[in-house]
Amino acid sequence: MSTTVYVPCDTSARSVGADRVAAAITAEAARRGVAITIVRNGSRGMAWLEPLVEVATLAGRVAYGPVRAGDVASLFDSDFLRGGSHPLALGLTDRIPYLARQERLTFARVGITDPLNLDDYRAHGGLAGLRAALGMAPTEIVASVTDSGLRGRGGAAFPAGIKWRTVLDCAAPLKYVVCNADEGDSGTFSDRMLMEGDPYCLIEGMVIAGLAVGATQGYIYLRSEYPHACTTLNLAIVQARAAGLLGANVLGSGRAFELELRLGAGAYICGEETALLESLEGRRGVVRAKPPLPAHAGLFGQPTVVNNVVTLASVPLILARGAAHYRDYGMGRSRGTLAFQLAGNLRRPGLVEKAFGVTLRELLYDYGGGSASGRPLRAVQVGGPLGAYLPEQHFDTPLDYESFAAIGAMVGHGGIVAFDDSVDMAAMARYAMEFCALESCGKCTPCRIGSTRGVEVIDRIVAGTERSRNLALLDELCDTMRHGSLCAMGGMTPEPVLSALTHFPQDFGITPPAGARKLT
Amino acid sequence: MTALSAEQTHAVAQILESHAHAPGALLPVLHAVQARLGWIPPSTVPLIATALNLSRAEVHGVLSFYPHFRTAPAGRHVLQICRAESCQAMGGAVLEARARARLGVDWHQTSADGAVTLEPVYCLGNCACSPALRLDDEIVGRVDAARLDELLDTLQGNEVSA
Repeated sequence: MSTTVYVPCDTSARSVGADRVAAAITAEAARRGVAITIVRNGSRGMAWLEPLVEVATLAGRVAYGPVRAGDVASLFDSDFLRGGSHPLALGLTDRIPYLARQERLTFARVGITDPLNLDDYRAHGGLAGLRAALGMAPTEIVASVTDSGLRGRGGAAFPAGIKWRTVLDCAAPLKYVVCNADEGDSGTFSDRMLMEGDPYCLIEGMVIAGLAVGATQGYIYLRSEYPHACTTLNLAIVQARAAGLLGANVLGSGRAFELELRLGAGAYICGEETALLESLEGRRGVVRAKPPLPAHAGLFGQPTVVNNVVTLASVPLILARGAAHYRDYGMGRSRGTLAFQLAGNLRRPGLVEKAFGVTLRELLYDYGGGSASGRPLRAVQVGGPLGAYLPEQHFDTPLDYESFAAIGAMVGHGGIVAFDDSVDMAAMARYAMEFCALESCGKCTPCRIGSTRGVEVIDRIVAGTERSRNLALLDELCDTMRHGSLCAMGGMTPEPVLSALTHFPQDFGITPPAGARKLT
Repeated sequence: MTALSAEQTHAVAQILESHAHAPGALLPVLHAVQARLGWIPPSTVPLIATALNLSRAEVHGVLSFYPHFRTAPAGRHVLQICRAESCQAMGGAVLEARARARLGVDWHQTSADGAVTLEPVYCLGNCACSPALRLDDEIVGRVDAARLDELLDTLQGNEVSA
């Protein structure tokens, strides 16, 4: 009998040698005359254990990691195909506390199934949401998404159901569903993991969105920095079409939905939805003024749903299990789960899907295990390059949209980047301005010019040149960027800058006064 | 403006024929041209403009907006080192400096032996295995100085002594 061995095909696992491990296992099995089947699954999200090799045993899946190609012979010697003990043995995968304490809803299949195997997808609950949706009126689908409380997981947290309702209510000959897969924020990789680990889930979510709003064409706008996700999605789309999940007659329903993958080209700003639409139309990724909203006049001027990957991938479950099942997770107005991404200087980085309400401290220490360097954690950036830097005093804040807004921060996409005490926060503030200058689309002056002036002003502050005058100038500049920019790029770059200055003034050469600085 | 070879002209014509009908075709066309030719020669711009019913200025504007598109040939390999926050938190700046020093180039330049073009990149989505880099289409994680040296040695063959 052939034993199934799982070796992830996820980018992170491959980046630390999973392909070499898979090849070594195949070769060693052949050498020993042992029958095995290798499944290239998605990642379980325990990145520090990658490459994480799992073996299907009678007791369940047993994990070994991090495995190097050189460990493979000794794994066979230890009878790992029957879950034998070995220095890299981790026991039953599902019992590893990091995983066991999560609430995996959207990522339920990621790391479990063979990403491109549709039978595997169906066997693990796939297509149940779409089948339910095919029996519902568009207004019922939209109502279900609205009732679930699902908000945009890309960062802006706009209620998905309201966006869908707007598009549904627009009378137009052609409507679009656009998936924003331009996951450009540092510290975020949940979209990539989902696309590589469970691509049919995203496709199913997009088809449901199409049924709900009356759209027949979808586009996935994927960043070019994700070559493996690109390959996986293209294969998944071809197979979904062959299986009748896409095309003129979705699952025999008589309803049509076509889907195409389009690649970005290295511009961060194309993660902003209107710049993304411009790019899809074949132009420079320059931000559009709103109104009109994309829901009214989006791609090629037609009503368009633009949602992020995890948002769309959360929809099948909501339709399959009902809005209440999803809404029962979370706190306040933040319903359901968020796939938090632990990154930067942490001992156990990875993906942690939890209901809203978990605190930063739990994520950083209980899951993350504290710093990788062993030094104290000093600052944490939540929500990407436009998110605030938080010091330890804020680590007990529960992660929900409103609690974070109350401390001048944002949950955003759920990316969490930790820094130890060797970090120079003035350098990070300068980098935030530099990044904005580099990636600004150039349409509005506060962002285009303000970011360049911001780098110069920070340099003068750090150098001690007319410091109080330049601090006042930075304040004023940030105020202009916040209120005068057309989109979040210029509008939120002041967040990392001013939070760094507020919480870590000594890094700028400023002696902290007895009271708090007036900047907030 | 260097003239295209007959083979290159044929490749571009094929790409335009298969893509020109698609809505918003310009980015897919530019991706396809770069995938075939390795870069986007300026002499392709008028061909693309004509086929897509755009002005040359529009094509040039798009070409110059997106960092991914190259208007000059790259070295035999492209090495992108992530400069974003998560990789910075794990010592990415040391790798940047080391790669520049070893290759004797700054960002966007190609080493004298033509082996490697060095570029910055802002996030590869491999933040849980920081610091990360991309070598052509492979992502490499948990990169330290020794791993970087090993990669560069391989890329440069015997032209650089280890």
